[in-house]
Amino acid sequence: MPLIRSLNIPDVDGFYAELLAAHQGLSDVETHAMNAELVLILANHIGDRAVLSEALALARDGKK
Amino acid sequence: MPYEYRPYPYLRPAGLDAPESRHKVVIVGAGPIGLAMALELANHGVPSVVVDDNDVVSVGSRAICWSKRSLEVLDRLGVGEACVEKGVTWKVGRTFHRDREVFSFDLLPEDGHKMPAFVNLQQYYLEEYLIERALRSPLVDLRFRNEVVAVRQQPDHVVAEVSTPDGVYRLEAEYLIACDGARSGVRGMLGLEFDGELFEERFLIADIEMEADFPSERWFWFEPEFHPGQSALLHKQPDNIYRIDLQLGWDTDPEAERQPERVIPRIEKVVGHGDFRLDWVSVYTFQCRRLARFVHDRVIFVGDSAHVVSPFGARGGNAGLQDVDALGWRLAAVLQGRAPRSALAAFDRERVFGADENILNSTRSTRFLTPSDGAGRLFRDAVLRLAGKVEFARPMVNSGRLSRPCVYPLVAPDDPALPVGACPGTVAPDAPLGRGWLSEALGGGLVLMVLGQPAPAVAGVRVLTPEPGDVLARRYLGEARRAVYLIRPDQVVAARWTEVDADAVAIAVEAVWEGR
Repeated sequence: MPLIRSLNIPDVDGFYAELLAAHQGLSDVETHAMNAELVLILANHIGDRAVLSEALALARDGKK
Repeated sequence: MPYEYRPYPYLRPAGLDAPESRHKVVIVGAGPIGLAMALELANHGVPSVVVDDNDVVSVGSRAICWSKRSLEVLDRLGVGEACVEKGVTWKVGRTFHRDREVFSFDLLPEDGHKMPAFVNLQQYYLEEYLIERALRSPLVDLRFRNEVVAVRQQPDHVVAEVSTPDGVYRLEAEYLIACDGARSGVRGMLGLEFDGELFEERFLIADIEMEADFPSERWFWFEPEFHPGQSALLHKQPDNIYRIDLQLGWDTDPEAERQPERVIPRIEKVVGHGDFRLDWVSVYTFQCRRLARFVHDRVIFVGDSAHVVSPFGARGGNAGLQDVDALGWRLAAVLQGRAPRSALAAFDRERVFGADENILNSTRSTRFLTPSDGAGRLFRDAVLRLAGKVEFARPMVNSGRLSRPCVYPLVAPDDPALPVGACPGTVAPDAPLGRGWLSEALGGGLVLMVLGQPAPAVAGVRVLTPEPGDVLARRYLGEARRAVYLIRPDQVVAARWTEVDADAVAIAVEAVWEGR
């Protein structure tokens, strides 16, 4: 299946607040470390290599 | 006690007094690969001359971990059982982060194989056993203190200039096999590019002799207390020798780090006491490189002369022995007129494929052990932290993916009804057979293994009709009731069918010899 590009999160504002709250009080280094773990946790949950590759390409797009 | 190095005698070569007649094969280098190459060719009836600039076995702590596949190859050379007997057998690896175990693996969870997953044996022992076999073989002419100083190719032979204590002489051969290691002189003489990557990292290795009760397991640590911020590896070897690898970092002085005054305190921290004797110390850096191709007309590169990898995963010596296994039967067939020279192109293709797989895996392990700044370190450390918290991250911890034979991408007859573990391109899985093993029954020739049906009548191939026990049936039949397997002299499955006529088998046999 292709990467889902339309909104797929219920109460997305609620999620957004939860994401920021989860980083509350962390230093820059800690925030990056937490994000790296989160990437791996979510990547594992998705599991589909094709979807993951598409996600990586989308995230990379616009950077040099 | 330290290993006793006994020099082998130098004998004045005949070629110093009168030209020697052209040999079939000259092998340059009498390390484990060169010696194995000579014995493998001898198994196929091909004589060889092996030359080495040295007269003692491997000095120091070098290759240790011999894979199941290597042991199977060594078994056909007559030294496999001696290696298992002397060596330390292991199959379990444990990986620790800081003070806890995060991951363990079992390299051979199933029974029903003659050889174990891995045996640790010092390279000097393996060479000693191979030399003993070689000295007893009428087909191997082993010459110590014979150094190849020049190589010239002619259309139908190769000429090597060889330097000895008594002067220089010439050797001519139909083929020359360069088994002269990572810094191959022959490779340099042919002016070949050896491209790849140097990793900016240094590891200290030490062999220590110590009475201790460590289990026969590979132990790897990330950031242990005893070596903060760096990695460490421990392997048990015969003779109470333990091999310890300690990551040092790039910005260290290898000369200074090698000194016993620096090394001993480090080792004391690893083992928790000072009751050991330091047997060997060196500092190494890693590279992953390979030749673009391994066959250059009549000069063939085998082992480290063709490809080098960083050691995590034991893909160095083991890859070299697989090269030997892949080349021997083909070169013998070419020399004996049973196969065209295109068979050697198949060796090249398969072993380049194998080398690439080894380089890929070794590189990935090295990048995990020595992550680059930025994303490399960010994600590496994330994996290590997650491994302490959640199951999925544990197998991601990469301290080395241990050597296993690759599955060659053969275009060959196959049947999806048969078990995938024995498909064309795989090494035919071992299984108990009668009172012995399938690996022994296959030997080193082309075999048609026929299960559950009468054998088709095909010329030029030995037929095996075993009564399959449970394990053999599971590995070769699965749900099917019958099968026919064409198995190459290197015990790789060349083709298989559930049922087949003699003509189709003959076509597959021809494809094997022609290297397709």
